[in-house]
Amino acid sequence: MSVNYGSKRIVVGAHYGLRDWLSQRVTAVIMGLFTVVVLAQVIFSRGPMGYDKWAGMFAAQWMKVLTFAVVLSLLWHVWVGMRDVFMDYIKPVVLRLALQVFTIVWLTACGGWAIQVLWRL
Amino acid sequence: MPPLLHESDPMTVASKRPEFRNINAFSDLPSYRLPVAGLISILHRISGVLLFVLLPFIMWLFDKSLSSEISFARFRSAFTSGLWIFPAFIVKLVVLALIWAYLQHFFAGLRHLWMDLSHAAVSKEFGAKSAQAVLIASLLLTVILGAKLFGLY
Repeated sequence: MSVNYGSKRIVVGAHYGLRDWLSQRVTAVIMGLFTVVVLAQVIFSRGPMGYDKWAGMFAAQWMKVLTFAVVLSLLWHVWVGMRDVFMDYIKPVVLRLALQVFTIVWLTACGGWAIQVLWRL
Repeated sequence: MPPLLHESDPMTVASKRPEFRNINAFSDLPSYRLPVAGLISILHRISGVLLFVLLPFIMWLFDKSLSSEISFARFRSAFTSGLWIFPAFIVKLVVLALIWAYLQHFFAGLRHLWMDLSHAAVSKEFGAKSAQAVLIASLLLTVILGAKLFGLY
């Protein structure tokens, strides 16, 4: 990548919007596929869904890694989406910044919680 | 003193144009006709914000349902004997709202992706049709899953 700091730093440009747009689509597809994978396992499991089967689904390392990727996708997706909402409806800069900081804290906290749940299983 | 401008002067005519200032959400918006595609658009935001606000509750459900047999029992009891200060009925209502928000966001999201991939999907007519399909699919599944949640079958 070309130099993007100091006097060479790009501060404006169309690619900012494109990057957000594209990342929201890609993360949406990842989460959508995950939804289908989890639903398929729940629907096609035999007998009542108890703790053993539910926890068993997430016990495999590949499922933990996939779920982790989905959690990261979720954080990114929600960040782009909430930022869009704030940019459209919240005009005072102080309030918008405060809400954006709150969103980052809210999301990273939930992300950390998800990782803890996954890898102590 | 500046000369008086005549009525037909372009300057005067221009200043008499109607002014459109910011619309008011309470006095103006209800009188606007919102097409079904517009309804899907605003519901996408509402459902997204709802999921964001309830994210810690989703994490709680994820945590309790997975961590151990004991926590799984706690997860189940939230639906039978309540959680914290909330009775089971309220917990079920919140979960129903989560189910609706997820389904609405999911199907409207599929519609978004479809419109990104297909030019044919980006027409006024198809936009209205696909929006109706999203609304029907999300509401129907919400009713089916909601009936299950409240133990109707």
